[in-house]
Amino acid sequence: MDIDPVLWSRLLTGLTLTFHVIFATVGVGVPLMIAIAEFVGIRKKDPHYILMAKRWTRGFVISVAVGVVTGTAIALQLALVWPNFMQLAGNVIALPLFMEVFAFFFEAIFLGIYLYTWNRFRNPYTHWLLTFPIVIGAGMSAFFITSVNGFMNQPEGFVMEAGHFVAVNPIAAMLNTASPSKVFHVLTSAYLTGAALLAGIAAYTIVKKGASPYYKKSLNLMMVVVLVFSFLTVIAGDVSAKFLAEHQPEKLAAAEWHFETESGADLILLGWLTDEQEVRGAIRIPKALSFLAFADFNAEVIGLEEFPPDEQPPLVVHYLFDMMVIFGFVMFGVALLYFLFLFWKKRNELNKWLLRAIVICTPLAFLAVELGWFYAEVGRQPWIIRGYMRVEEAATSSPNVVPLFFFFLLLYIVLGTLCVIVLRRLFRNNPAEAELESYMKEMQDQAIEKGEPS
Amino acid sequence: MMSYELIGITVLWLFLYGYLIVASVDFGAGFFAFYARSTKQDHLINRLISRYLSPVWEITNVFFVFFFVGIVGFFPDTAYYYGSALLIPGSIAIVLLAIRGSFYAFENYGSKESTVYLFLYGATGLLIPASLSVALTLSEGGFIVEQNGVVSLEYLTLFTSPLSWSIVALAIVSVLYISATFLTFYASRADDQPALKLMRTYALFWSTPTIIAALTAFIYLSQHNERHFQNMMDLWWLLALSVGFFMLSMWLLYNGRRYGWAFICVMLQFFCAFFAYGIGHYPYILDPYITIQSGATHESMGIALVIAFIGGLCLLVPSLILVFKLFLFDADYVKGNK
Repeated sequence: MDIDPVLWSRLLTGLTLTFHVIFATVGVGVPLMIAIAEFVGIRKKDPHYILMAKRWTRGFVISVAVGVVTGTAIALQLALVWPNFMQLAGNVIALPLFMEVFAFFFEAIFLGIYLYTWNRFRNPYTHWLLTFPIVIGAGMSAFFITSVNGFMNQPEGFVMEAGHFVAVNPIAAMLNTASPSKVFHVLTSAYLTGAALLAGIAAYTIVKKGASPYYKKSLNLMMVVVLVFSFLTVIAGDVSAKFLAEHQPEKLAAAEWHFETESGADLILLGWLTDEQEVRGAIRIPKALSFLAFADFNAEVIGLEEFPPDEQPPLVVHYLFDMMVIFGFVMFGVALLYFLFLFWKKRNELNKWLLRAIVICTPLAFLAVELGWFYAEVGRQPWIIRGYMRVEEAATSSPNVVPLFFFFLLLYIVLGTLCVIVLRRLFRNNPAEAELESYMKEMQDQAIEKGEPS
Repeated sequence: MMSYELIGITVLWLFLYGYLIVASVDFGAGFFAFYARSTKQDHLINRLISRYLSPVWEITNVFFVFFFVGIVGFFPDTAYYYGSALLIPGSIAIVLLAIRGSFYAFENYGSKESTVYLFLYGATGLLIPASLSVALTLSEGGFIVEQNGVVSLEYLTLFTSPLSWSIVALAIVSVLYISATFLTFYASRADDQPALKLMRTYALFWSTPTIIAALTAFIYLSQHNERHFQNMMDLWWLLALSVGFFMLSMWLLYNGRRYGWAFICVMLQFFCAFFAYGIGHYPYILDPYITIQSGATHESMGIALVIAFIGGLCLLVPSLILVFKLFLFDADYVKGNK
C-alpha cells in the first residue's frame, strides 16, 4: 500500500487537536467558574462556595496538566509535521504564537501561587484576586491562538511576492477580520462548556445521592452561568455565520448545502444527498438562510457553484454544522426550562428528568465544541492558509508520521484513561459533605489558634 | 544599535539558559527521588522535592515552549530544517515530557505513591535532557542533509558520532550536578540536616563527571567542527571563568557553608560555558544551512516580537519574583510550616 504522508499528517494533527481541545476548553472555562464561586463564598461568608472553588481547582489542575502536555505536543508538532507551513507562515503569525506563550506563562505562574496559598493571606479577597491573572491569562491564550487560526482562514497583513510573504504587518495579521467573531465564539462556548460540566456533575450527584445544600447551590450557580453563556454563544454563532456569509461564502455554502447562488435562500436542516447532489429528507425553512446570513429575507447568498471543484470544502461539514447548532440550542433550552421551573413554584426544578437533561448537556457541550472546530477546520480544506497555501504543500514528506500517529494515539489513550481514574479517585472517596465538615473544623481550630472568638 | 535578529538570538539563548537551570533542577530531582527510593532513603528528600517543585513545574515547562516558539518565530527557517529532521526525536521528547507532566498531576494531586510512576519520573529525568541535546548536536552540522528539497536526518552518522554521545553524557551529568547543588541549598534553607547531608554527597559526587564530560565534549567538538572550536578558543577567558566558578562552587560545597553561593557559582559556571558555546556558534544556527542573518524573519515581525518580549517581561519578572518570594525564600514555607 502506498502511504500518503499528507493524509497521515492531517490525521496526526487532527488527533492531537481533538484531544487537546477538551482540556483547552476546560482550561479556559473553569477558572472563571472558580473565581465566581470563591467570590460568592467570600461575599456571602458561605463555606459551601469556598469549598466548591477548592474542589473545582483540585480537579482543574489535573486537566491543566494534560492540557499543558498536549499543548506542548501541538506547539512542537506544528513545526515537526508542517515544516513548510511554519517556514512560510512563521513570518506572519509568530507574534500571536509568541504572545500566547506569554499569556500561558502568566497563567501558569499564578495558578501555582493560587494552589499553594489557600490559607496564607489574612484578607480572603487577596487570594481571590489571584484568580484574575488566571482567568485573564487563559482568556488571552484563547484570544491569541484563535487569532492564529483566524489568520489561516482569513490571511491578511502581508503582500505575497514570488512565493514569499513580504511587507508583513504582524498586528494586521493578528487582528484579521476573522479574529473578532472567532474569539467571541470560542470564549463564550468555553465558558458555557465549563459551566455545563460543573452543572452536570452537580446534577449527576443529586440524581444519584439526593439533593444536599452543597450540590443545590453548585447547580443553581452554574445554571445561571449556563443560561447567560448559552445565550451569548447563540449570538456569537450568529455573528460568525454572518462573517462567513460575507468573507468565506464557500464555507457557509458547504455547511448549508447551498449550491446555487440565489436571493431568498432556504435554510436546510439535516437530510442527505443523492449522487446528483440533490438534497433529500431535509427540513427546509424558506428564506431563513438569507435572513441568517445578511439579516434580510431576500438577500443574495453565494452558492458553491461559484467555486472551482478543487477549492470546495467537503460537503460532510453540513452535519457537523447542524449538530453543533442543535446542541447549542438544546443547552439554551434546558437552562431556560430550569429557571422556569425554579421561579414557577408548581414545578420542582430538581425534577429527575430535568436533572438528567442537565447531565446530558455536559457531553453535548464538549461535542458541540469538537463539532464546531471540526467544521471550522474541515470547512477550510483544501487550504491550510486559505487562498495561499494548500494542505499538501505544507505537510512533512516523511513517511514516519504513520507510526507516530499510532504512537500518539496510544499516548492520548493512556493519558485520558489515567486522567479519568485520578479524577474519580480524587472525588469518589472524598464526598463534598465529609470535606465540608473537616473544613469547618479546620477553620474553627484556626480561629481558636488566632485567639478570635469562633 | 544591535540588529533585531541579534537581540532575538541573545534573548532566546538567555531563555534556553534559564530552561537549562530550572529544568535541570526538575529533571535531576526526578532521578534523585527514584534513586533515594531504591536505596530506601526517600523519606529524606521526597518532601523537599515535592515542596519546591510542585508549584513550579508548569513554569519550567513554559520556559521550553517559550524558547521553542521564539526560535521558530524569529527564525522561521529553523522550523523547516529542524522540524523536518527532528520528527522522530522531537516526538519522543514530547512523549517523555507528557509522562513527566502527568506525573506531577497524578502523583501529587491524585494517585497513591507508585514505584512504577516514580521510576518513569526518574527515567524521563535523564532521557529528556538526552533527547533534547540531540538538537544541539545537530546544529553543529553534518547530520542534516538536504537533497532535492527533502530534509533528512542521518541517523547512522548521528548514532556513531562520538560528539553526539559526549554531548548526551554532558547533558545528563550536568543535570544531576545542577540539581544536586540546588537541592543541597534548598535543604539548608529548610534546615533539614539529613537531606542536606545526602544531597551534598550527591553534589560532590557528580561534580567530577561533569567536568570530565565537558572536556570530552570539547575535544570531540574540535574534531567535528573546527570553526566552532576556534571561535570558542578565542573566548578562552569565558571558559576560564567557567572553570573558576566550578572550583569555587566545589570549595564552598566541600566546606559545607554558604550553599546559596555554591549554587550561584554553579549557575555562573554554566552561564559562562553556555555563552562561550553560543557565541562561538555565531553566526550559524544550523551549520551550514541557517545563519542568524539569512534565517531571520521580516524586520517588522522581528521588531514586533522584541516589543512583545519586553512587554511580556514586564509581566513575567514581577510574577516570577513573587513565586520565588512565596516558595523559595519564605523560610516558613520551605520548612513546611505553611
